[in-house]
Amino acid sequence: MEEIRTGVYICHCGLNIAGVVDVEEVAKYAGQLPGVVVSREYRYMCSDPGQDLIKDDIKELGVNRVVVASCSPRMHEPTFRKAVEDGGLNPYLYEHANIREHCSWVHDDKELATNKAKDLVRAAVRRVCRHEPLVVREAPFTPSVLVIGGGIAGMQAALDIANGHQKVYLVERDPSIGGHMAQLDRTFPTLDCSECILTPKMSDVGHHPFIELHTYSEVEEVSGSIGSFKVKIRKKARYVDESKCVGCGDCEEKCPWKVPSEYEMGLAKRGVIYIPFAQAIPNVATIDGEHCVYLQKGKCRACEKACEAGAIDFEQKDEIIEVEVGAIIVATGYDQFDPAVISQYGYRRFDNVLTGLEFERLTCAAGPTEGKILLKDGREPESVALVHCVGSRDQNYHEYCSRVCCMYALKYAHLAKELTKADVYQFYIDMRCFGEGYEEFYNRLSEEGVNFIRGKVAKITDDAVTDEEKGKLVVVSEDTLLGKLIRVPVDMVILCSALQPRADAENVGKILNINRRADGFFLERHVKLDPVATPTDGIFIAGCCEAPRDIPDTVAQAEATAAKALSLISRGTVTLEAAISTVDESICHGCGRCEEVCPFSAPSIVSKNGVMVSEINEALCKGCGACAVICPTGAVTIKHFTQDEILAQVDALTEAR
Amino acid sequence: MAGFEPQIIAFCCNWCTYAAADLAGTSRMQYPANVRIVRVMCSGMVNPLYVLKAFEGGVDGVLIAGCHLTDCHYIDGPTKCDAMVDKLREMLHVLGLEDERLRREMVAASEGVLFARVIKEMVEQLKKIGPSPFKARTEALA
Repeated sequence: MEEIRTGVYICHCGLNIAGVVDVEEVAKYAGQLPGVVVSREYRYMCSDPGQDLIKDDIKELGVNRVVVASCSPRMHEPTFRKAVEDGGLNPYLYEHANIREHCSWVHDDKELATNKAKDLVRAAVRRVCRHEPLVVREAPFTPSVLVIGGGIAGMQAALDIANGHQKVYLVERDPSIGGHMAQLDRTFPTLDCSECILTPKMSDVGHHPFIELHTYSEVEEVSGSIGSFKVKIRKKARYVDESKCVGCGDCEEKCPWKVPSEYEMGLAKRGVIYIPFAQAIPNVATIDGEHCVYLQKGKCRACEKACEAGAIDFEQKDEIIEVEVGAIIVATGYDQFDPAVISQYGYRRFDNVLTGLEFERLTCAAGPTEGKILLKDGREPESVALVHCVGSRDQNYHEYCSRVCCMYALKYAHLAKELTKADVYQFYIDMRCFGEGYEEFYNRLSEEGVNFIRGKVAKITDDAVTDEEKGKLVVVSEDTLLGKLIRVPVDMVILCSALQPRADAENVGKILNINRRADGFFLERHVKLDPVATPTDGIFIAGCCEAPRDIPDTVAQAEATAAKALSLISRGTVTLEAAISTVDESICHGCGRCEEVCPFSAPSIVSKNGVMVSEINEALCKGCGACAVICPTGAVTIKHFTQDEILAQVDALTEAR
Repeated sequence: MAGFEPQIIAFCCNWCTYAAADLAGTSRMQYPANVRIVRVMCSGMVNPLYVLKAFEGGVDGVLIAGCHLTDCHYIDGPTKCDAMVDKLREMLHVLGLEDERLRREMVAASEGVLFARVIKEMVEQLKKIGPSPFKARTEALA
């Protein structure tokens, strides 16, 4: 048996650790633990000179086990494993003690923190003796990417990857790609037309040889892991043969049934068979099965008669498409907060209280009013109020700031003045104009004569108390700069509603096995240093599914996810988990409990020399350890997390110092 | 029992609760220094033997914490952990250990605040019920 020669390295992390933990004492203490041949402390172990200490000790002192006590292993375990490997040892002959996040940063009592650090180091030293060298395996990486969501984020990511000549499957739930950006009229602060900058991209996506577009489709199931995710996509029946439909729109014209258009935010109607908007990609009709009178009641077929191309197919069924991809980009976007929840704002009760997206449709030349800002009775408003922070920065709804509302409110103020000459009042808590050209836009609006009132709106009422208020909507608010309550009568109120997580974000998270933050948006791997990755390898997040953000940030994030995916593809292989299950066949009874309990079907009971034993498929095993717990004979072990190792660690933690 | 400082071992899943404890650290939340964390890959990996070993060693409380039921990196680890904890509680009952000494929690990676709160609560509770009956025995044997 080899002699255990452990090297222990205590990191100061500047003063992050050394400010609380007596690192010299811990190093001295570690030096006298059994098996430890060298114990050092150093200012920054993760730096090159710090890593060199380890490498040199392996070479010069014959160190064959290494313990570093520093930050979280989720941060630097890979760094030190690499250093150990560079020093000539197997990277798994390494153990990490977390004395920063779990010690110096959460305890300010120096003595208690130093004692805790000693305990953690002692347990790590005890455990590292039991580590065995493990072989890191590589598997091929499937060079294709699934992008979920065809808004600006999903489209940008798909285009970047496809332009690198790699295959992309882009899945969009709605009949057309485009997302929320396709509904916007103009974009702040440059006021360039949203569709003018979006539709060329949509067209590129629709025609790209490396993009396989599945609209009116949803991802139903994802299995496997980085390098080879197996994905089931449900292509919903649109009752129209996409290959025959020419997008002429005759069917919609002849369809006798009309329902509110989602694209127009319910301000206009669409046919039950419809193309959501003029620039839709793909430019094909879709029958809304839920509202189609023929599909529901068996009579009508007006669209079929109108369609010269013979594209209508009432027999069409949902189709399941299975694809394999190496990486997944989630770009599922956001929902607009429904302000009806805040009853005192009167949304849906008053005709002329609108949400931001409704106002976008009003100002859009292709919208229901052909770009005229009109009240429900057809008049132009003489005064408009913009209410900021509706549902955001509010303990009752969403605590977070929605980031884009201040800027779109300024844009609306500009458009209202330009198109109607109305008096405009902005009710804000704080103006947050953080991006390129944003502050300048705010200054410009101040010069355009917009009235800025600092205060949170209490209510919107039609209960007039003066003649001036009669027939108007009265915005009741505090003006915190004047320090008094004010009432402002206006014709139209626009509620700047928060961006919130998609209603089905929880379900999407479950399908993909990615977590959400407390606010409901998807959780990134590291908020600063890994903002587009998720804790699940090979799955990335872009755009508003991660947090509210504006178009430039969304595009940048989408490009980042594409770069991540392309870098995985160009590497070509993926490293598989080494800490996986193994069976001691000499004591296995072949009872099959492991086979029953494994969610990945890794173990199977096979006959070996006439004896039934469990065999682990290493490509499928993820190392969760369920089989090792259930095994009645102790034949199954998880490498690197063996019973012996964890018991030794527990034992060490219970001992006196 | 003045001055009694309970000793706690926490088995935390790598993906959720270990990360939550990291988050408590990066957010500089203070909680009592009575806990020592053992990192496991999944709460469903915790063998009842580990918990019994900890109690045998004289710890006053054990926490097993991992992902919420639907967040598991390995699909259904927390469900398996719950089943194990149910059985374990029966064993601890037979051994004469109070129910409060074993705590099962689900703490997501984003719930650093919750992690700190769980540790604070556990320390307070264990201070009330006093040292583990096994502690005296372990010390007597030593």
